[in-house]
Amino acid sequence: MAAKGRIIIEQDKCKGCDLCTHFCPVNILQLDTSTTNALGYTPLKVTDPDKCIACSFCAMMCPDGVITVERFSK
Amino acid sequence: MDAKTVYKPGKGLTNRNLSYCPGCTHGIIHKLVGEVLEEKNLIDNTIGVASVGCSVMSYEFFNCDMHQAAHGRAPAVATGVKRVKPDKTVFTYQGDGDLASIGLAEIVHAAHRGENITVIFVNNAIYGMTGGQMAPTTLIGQKTTTSPFGREKAQAGEPLRISELLATVPGATYLERVSVHDPKHVKKAKKAIEKAFDVQEKKQGFSLIEFISTCPVQWGIQPYEATRWAVDNMIPYFPLGVFKDATGGEKDE
Amino acid sequence: MAKVLMKGNEAMALAAIKGGCDAFFGYPITPQNELPEYLSKHMKEHGRVFVQAESEVAAINMVYGAGGSGARVLTSSSSPGIALKQEGISYLAGSEVPCVIINVMRGGPGLGGIQPAQSDYMQITRGGGNGDYHTLAFAPENLQETVDIIKESFSLADEYRNPVMIAADGLLGQMMEPVDMERTKNVEEAPDKPWAATGESGKRGYRNKIVSLFLDPNDLEDHNLKLQSKYNRMKREQQRYELIHTEDCEIVFVAYGSMARIARSAIDALRSQGVKVGMIRPISIWPFPKKAFDNLPKSVHTLLTLEMSLGQMIEDVQIVNQGRYTLDFFGRTGGVVPEPEEIVEKVLSMKEGAK
Repeated sequence: MAAKGRIIIEQDKCKGCDLCTHFCPVNILQLDTSTTNALGYTPLKVTDPDKCIACSFCAMMCPDGVITVERFSK
Repeated sequence: MDAKTVYKPGKGLTNRNLSYCPGCTHGIIHKLVGEVLEEKNLIDNTIGVASVGCSVMSYEFFNCDMHQAAHGRAPAVATGVKRVKPDKTVFTYQGDGDLASIGLAEIVHAAHRGENITVIFVNNAIYGMTGGQMAPTTLIGQKTTTSPFGREKAQAGEPLRISELLATVPGATYLERVSVHDPKHVKKAKKAIEKAFDVQEKKQGFSLIEFISTCPVQWGIQPYEATRWAVDNMIPYFPLGVFKDATGGEKDE
Repeated sequence: MAKVLMKGNEAMALAAIKGGCDAFFGYPITPQNELPEYLSKHMKEHGRVFVQAESEVAAINMVYGAGGSGARVLTSSSSPGIALKQEGISYLAGSEVPCVIINVMRGGPGLGGIQPAQSDYMQITRGGGNGDYHTLAFAPENLQETVDIIKESFSLADEYRNPVMIAADGLLGQMMEPVDMERTKNVEEAPDKPWAATGESGKRGYRNKIVSLFLDPNDLEDHNLKLQSKYNRMKREQQRYELIHTEDCEIVFVAYGSMARIARSAIDALRSQGVKVGMIRPISIWPFPKKAFDNLPKSVHTLLTLEMSLGQMIEDVQIVNQGRYTLDFFGRTGGVVPEPEEIVEKVLSMKEGAK
């Protein structure tokens, strides 16, 4: 399945709050426990970018404006 | 493959990192206010009034001229601003301690006079900034640092419903309570903010949007669980909806 | 120009209009109500703003908002109402927002009384609000002086970006006197205020913020040092006083406002009895006119402070005196306005005691 779009994450603004991960309808968001960012938080990562449907739910729920969403056109 | 940006941080907020706790819905609300002011082309001619509480630093986050008001006084400060700058967009951004406790006289009278301002009221049923004390909107039985056994009606009264209270004030034009606990409600909340600034633009009077908001740190639960707590406990007591619409005109949707 | 017989409170209100006041926010309190009442009627015809606020607290915060957005603003009240405003005044001073505050003083403390007093000298000059700040403060003694100072005060507030207080009292507020409202220039043009939050961040290219919060202590100290340099400039530039019959006197009265007027009658009575008295009349009470106390003639041995209080300005007299002269005090309080005879008696008993 080809991705409908993708998100760009401003890693060093993320506070690892875990809100977006709960609202992703295709469950492809997770906190990346292997690292910490410049703020000292566990930042977000996309586990399976091919599944992204560019719904923007994650970006809408992000309190810190970390996520930019792009939709691919045919 | 061509990519079109469908969502990105706008110019309504500055690019400062927000000072709020991880997962605090203040950030979502700031974002929505910034988006609406930018999309309606108002941000360059806006004067905001920051209050005291967790959002005390909001004068660094909204990308317009800002005043820092004393605790509770933002509606009075906004009154002074709007009266001498009637063609500018003027808004206040206040928490539940600021608006519903110390600032109760100022908010009622600003509504009563029908001041042509917009109030963004963030209700998270607790005092965040100062360490989790009871707020006028704290629920019965809710434990806080100054109601360690749970809020008791006999001691502290029942929580104040601000939107309902202001609906009885003749000068208030548009009052709506919304929530930001999931994307669907975030979209509705944005529409409410648009309506409120519309009311101001059309000089129809006083508008206030009350946001059911979370405080993960002082509630002592994770951000996502906090949104569920808000849905299960706050919304039944503080129902969502329009409490006053005296615009008498076209409705959206 | 022709003089008009006016009631003090109304003369003050009209003086504010002529001084360029754009907006008034206030609340009723005796003995200054004629001031907001006059403005409620007359601001409209000049296209300016009048709001009766819900409280003195709300009013001073409206002043803060309007002043911070660039308008010339006024509020007025009396002692207990001024006490309510102290938080707002601290914010105004801390954020460097100009404004004029008229205090028509009455007896205190607490609800006190409604008769005239000089009960707020400390509240005005020591700053009733929190933090290291000062407000420029003037104490006129008659309506002409009051009108001239109020007209000037809006420009002074803008010049220093600071609140300016007018320490009037209930006598000045309620009395009727002839005043020439055109004796000094009316203020027309407002100065440019590049710092004001006027809601033009787009056109201006940068945002203006009216803020008194500086969380980093080093930043807050720097800010306070900047404010202090402003206050030092006020001390250099705004000490105002009048010397009455001081060239040859032995006892010098120190009195301001209505008490100074009463003292003038006492001076005349005493001089006619051959008692050599004179007066230093502070017109600015902050900054206190220290200069007035330098270069007094060698004949002076005593400073007699006269107040409609039980002794507030006396402390500033003690400070500037530096042990040079003997200090004495006469005061009535609670709204009691003394007769000149009481001051005469005091001086005569002082002379008796000295024998």
